[in-house]
Amino acid sequence: MNLETIVKKLGLEVRCAPENLKNNVTGGYTGDLLSDVIANSHEGYIWITRQVHQNIVAVASLKEHAGIILINSCEPTQETLEKARQEKIPIMVSSMPAFELTGKIYNLLGIKD
Amino acid sequence: MKITVSETENTLYRDSFEIEGGNFNKAGIVSTSIKSLLKQMGLAAEVVRKCAIVCYESEINVVSYARKGVVNLTVNAETVLIEVVDEGPGIPNIDLAMQQGYSTADQKIREMGFGAGMGLHNINSYSDAFDISSEVGKGARLLMTINIKQ
Repeated sequence: MNLETIVKKLGLEVRCAPENLKNNVTGGYTGDLLSDVIANSHEGYIWITRQVHQNIVAVASLKEHAGIILINSCEPTQETLEKARQEKIPIMVSSMPAFELTGKIYNLLGIKD
Repeated sequence: MKITVSETENTLYRDSFEIEGGNFNKAGIVSTSIKSLLKQMGLAAEVVRKCAIVCYESEINVVSYARKGVVNLTVNAETVLIEVVDEGPGIPNIDLAMQQGYSTADQKIREMGFGAGMGLHNINSYSDAFDISSEVGKGARLLMTINIKQ
């Protein structure tokens, strides 16, 4: 399933790098501790977090995540957006809390396009 | 016993990368460059993944605690060696620092999602060999070895 499908089905707001919404999502990881995400997430994952600072882009870029979703309507900082545009990492915003959003994406990934 | 990194006839690649202490704006740049390099060399995905994890954690440690640091990357026929040497306060109690969950990070670092006391633990578990030494008031030296044949 690609990011675009997830964006449409869950009504996510795309903040940057819309050109990469075709990225294929192979799984997901939810977490705010960067060491945890670095150690346990994989390439192609969608990362769900409450962190909004620019270091999330470095982590997503290093791990080659499909994109980042910020929960609870949290907005990325200006520096985060600029860096994400450079690195072409899509950042999306959801009004849902982490538990709910993770559950919905988990279910979606079990269904074929 | 201090393990030293010396160039041998098996050395395929060697380079150094500088890390600026305290600058979270640039944190991760060195690790991303090293990861791209190793990928271009055609190393297996799992080898690249382990190198990226240990490199990123070491880079964040330098940014969080030291004034500056350098990553010396050596790729041999059988191993990738990542040596990180920093100038900073050093680590007074290495055994304690290696314990998962132990951290001396301040509030600012923790709020960003760093400083959870997972860094050195992750480095140790994702390295095939790990050596750490430190002199208080001078700095720390980490040497991570990742085997190319996993």
